[in-house]
Amino acid sequence: MQLAKVIGDVVATRKDEALHGIKLMVLQPLNPDGSAVGRTLIAVDAVGAGVGETVFFVRGKEASFPFYPTEVPTDAGIVGIVDEIDVP
Amino acid sequence: MQIARVVGTVVATQKHAKFIGAKLLLVQPVGLDDKPRGTPLLAVDSVGAGVHERVLVVIEGRAAGEALGRKGAPVDAAIIGIVDHVDAQE
Repeated sequence: MQLAKVIGDVVATRKDEALHGIKLMVLQPLNPDGSAVGRTLIAVDAVGAGVGETVFFVRGKEASFPFYPTEVPTDAGIVGIVDEIDVP
Repeated sequence: MQIARVVGTVVATQKHAKFIGAKLLLVQPVGLDDKPRGTPLLAVDSVGAGVHERVLVVIEGRAAGEALGRKGAPVDAAIIGIVDHVDAQE
């Protein structure tokens, strides 16, 4: 899992049926200090995250598990909203 | 998922049986600024995308197989949506 900031959303009317009703968010992966690292990506949202929030997301097939038994075709999904990070 | 621009179509007569009837498109991943990012790749299309359209691509084997609706298909990328618009600030 990785930290990321939600920096936007994607609207797609025409999409795979299993994606209907699921929010698609634009993520910028973050370092623990909050600086951006790596490429932006699109992820499905399983926790109700909003733009501007810091979240953690999972990559791979596991991203569809929150929607089980629906088999959602995704390779990235937001699975938590970060309240705080403490790096001593 | 990545945003990509459909840049072409691919036709192959001789292919694995799981590909029969599947549409193959050549897509170029793009950034939020619509500039090309990385290498173009082949993706199966499950939503009826066309050349020049901006699409959502999953780059992961099982998800791509699900999009195609076939278990065990030897695919690793699929188009799963057509982007209407993206609202994001980098």
